[in-house]
Amino acid sequence: MTAELIHRLHFAFTVTFHYLFPQLTMGLALLIVVLKTAALKTGGEQWDRAARFWGRIFAINFVFGVVTGIPMEFEFGTNWSKFAELSGGVIGQPLAMEGVFSFFLESAFLGLFLYGGKRLSKRMHWFSAVMVWLGSWISGFFIIVTDAWMQHPVGYNQLPNGQYEMVSFWQLLLNPWALLQYAHNMTGAVVTGSFVMAATGAFYLLDRKYEAFGKIFVKVGVIAGLISTILIIFPTGDLHGKYVARNQPAAIAAMEGLFKTETGAGVVLVGQPNEETGQIDNPIVVNDLLSFLIYGTTKAEVKGLDQIPHDQWPTALPLLYYAYHIMAGLGTYFIALMMAAAFLLWKQKIYTARWMQWLLLISFPLPYIANTAGWLTAELGRQPWLIYGLMRTSAGFSHTVSAGNGLFTLLGFMGLYLLLGILFTVLVYREISHGPLSDATAQAH
Amino acid sequence: MMGFLWFWLVAVMIVGYVVLDGFDLGVGALHLILPKSERQRQAALRSIGPVWDGNEVWLLAGGGTLYFAFPLLYASAFSGFYLPLMIVLWLLVLRGISLELRNHVDVGVWTALLDGVFCFASALLTIFFGAALANVLRGVPLAADGYFFLPLWTTWTPGTYPGILDWYTVIGGLVALVALTMHGALWLTIKTSGELEERARAIVTPLWLGLVALTLVSLFATIAVRPAMLNNYANYPVTYIVPAGVVASLAAVWFFNSKGAAVKAFVASCLYLFFMLAGACWGVYPTLLPATTGAANDITLTRAISGPHTLAVGLVWWAFGMTLALGYIVFVYSRFKGKADAEGH
Repeated sequence: MTAELIHRLHFAFTVTFHYLFPQLTMGLALLIVVLKTAALKTGGEQWDRAARFWGRIFAINFVFGVVTGIPMEFEFGTNWSKFAELSGGVIGQPLAMEGVFSFFLESAFLGLFLYGGKRLSKRMHWFSAVMVWLGSWISGFFIIVTDAWMQHPVGYNQLPNGQYEMVSFWQLLLNPWALLQYAHNMTGAVVTGSFVMAATGAFYLLDRKYEAFGKIFVKVGVIAGLISTILIIFPTGDLHGKYVARNQPAAIAAMEGLFKTETGAGVVLVGQPNEETGQIDNPIVVNDLLSFLIYGTTKAEVKGLDQIPHDQWPTALPLLYYAYHIMAGLGTYFIALMMAAAFLLWKQKIYTARWMQWLLLISFPLPYIANTAGWLTAELGRQPWLIYGLMRTSAGFSHTVSAGNGLFTLLGFMGLYLLLGILFTVLVYREISHGPLSDATAQAH
Repeated sequence: MMGFLWFWLVAVMIVGYVVLDGFDLGVGALHLILPKSERQRQAALRSIGPVWDGNEVWLLAGGGTLYFAFPLLYASAFSGFYLPLMIVLWLLVLRGISLELRNHVDVGVWTALLDGVFCFASALLTIFFGAALANVLRGVPLAADGYFFLPLWTTWTPGTYPGILDWYTVIGGLVALVALTMHGALWLTIKTSGELEERARAIVTPLWLGLVALTLVSLFATIAVRPAMLNNYANYPVTYIVPAGVVASLAAVWFFNSKGAAVKAFVASCLYLFFMLAGACWGVYPTLLPATTGAANDITLTRAISGPHTLAVGLVWWAFGMTLALGYIVFVYSRFKGKADAEGH
């Protein structure tokens, strides 16, 4: 294994594991605001208890997000030092801003939200929840700005010593790529949050425990789920996809498995990309659809991989193709599920339709898979570039850190994160089985 | 000018981190020794519960600020100190998780295990942070391209090719361990009451004596390892006020603690940490990371500083953002003012 591969795996593994937590943090933060607002408006004890219950799960999830997040900022320097040296003048900015503008806000108000229940007025407690939501969404924004600059560098200048310097703060922050990706990503976080909430509600209904809360969770989860699963495809996914197609033709060709340039290119629903023969095996294709999705006309030409020099093809082409197809396939299923669930909710049949409760329950892992696959699509699509068009991945890793040392810490992280995964599951399971009526945990007061 | 300013802004972030996360690390290091019952252990944990996560943010915000103001330093130091940094990350993970888990687990055996992990990780972290600072003061074997890689240890002696740990950096680690443990004990005298408060006040005395000795040893060791540390002081004698501040604040810790003025003693301890760090920063300025391989390889301010536009823009949002952040911090601390164990949980 080369040092480059180890450092790539090191970042990929730690960031993939990390993002399992923030997606729920960001999605749940919004839903807790919804619950707290309902509690404040109706004065209902149920809503407040529901908010506190999710606050407890949020707290567990938040800590896991924090402790797995700290390594991410370090790894720019530890594993990608050449990249850090040259890019710090640009993306060091949003990363530092994340700490200054988001983490202080988030941590301060989370402390108030979790520990301050008795010391704060109802309105102030609600305000803390809003601030935690704001903090987590600001954090997401700065990370997306960082990634967007690597995907689509704007507002920069290269200094004589090779470093990139930012020349326009607003261009960097309002990078069109960042805005589109942010909209798409945050919607994805809400999908995860609403699926988790709906599944927990369905679990209580199926188990015939805490049924009053089960109904609240299913209702809020399904309504938020319907809105977010629609938004994730249209307009956010659609617009983001079009922008990728125009700016990273190699990525879109690889995602779609389009080996040859075509007028009226189709969308491959199923099939296996074969790099050796340059075609899709066992394809099921919808003709002309890709041209239509990107350019709005079935006759448009879409650039295939044949027009791209081989040394600029995404390096993990089949994985990129599958990641994209898994994301898109799951996204389609999400809409179908949530439309059906919302229909039953509207007809007031969802609380008795056990088949739907079962579907909601077993579907909760899927948004995690879809969000992960989406990020794999974005980052593998950027390859072989670290900063698109400016710096290759092979030029960015820490050349002083040998493959052996890198593997040592990668294995360490794998072991540690396996332990974290088990602990997280146990803790959340306990919290869910104790139910919304238990205020047993000391910090929930 | 920009360089001077950002050097001290980064230093402010580091001081902020050490002073704030320092006390909760110190409370952690005392966790197995000081509280004598489950009730006392919970009281100690409650004293840091709402704030430790926010304190840790200073590390992230400081790291981010370093990254964008001095990218070369960030890249070189983080990759060169690869192994100890990864260990620090693992310890931060273990510490955060054990603290969180403890709120949820009520089985004696597991609680004891988590208490052990929390204490062990906290103590080890203070040693690593102290050793890290000592590594910077001693210097590292920088190559001409500004990069290096240090093994965890070699011959345990400072030299051209030292390890992360040698006798000098171990002293640095011990200074940090004792200083932050005392800092944590002083925090507990503010935030707890009864027997725990008394025990915390009592333990300050031996820690203080140890710290006086270690401060002196580290001073002479630093001058021995890096004589150039005195140059800035010789050139600007007025800055001897910094070491004078170290002595005065140490004396004040003793004075106020023995009088039972808990808040004043804690503030004196904050000042001690501030003067120690400021003294070290001033000693190396304008070098950021000295080379053991010859001064030509030093990473200096002018060599590592970001482009002018980045820094100018950074100044605007940094000032704005940190003002906001200080606002939240003051608000949170004022909301949780007083004894943490006196509120009938």
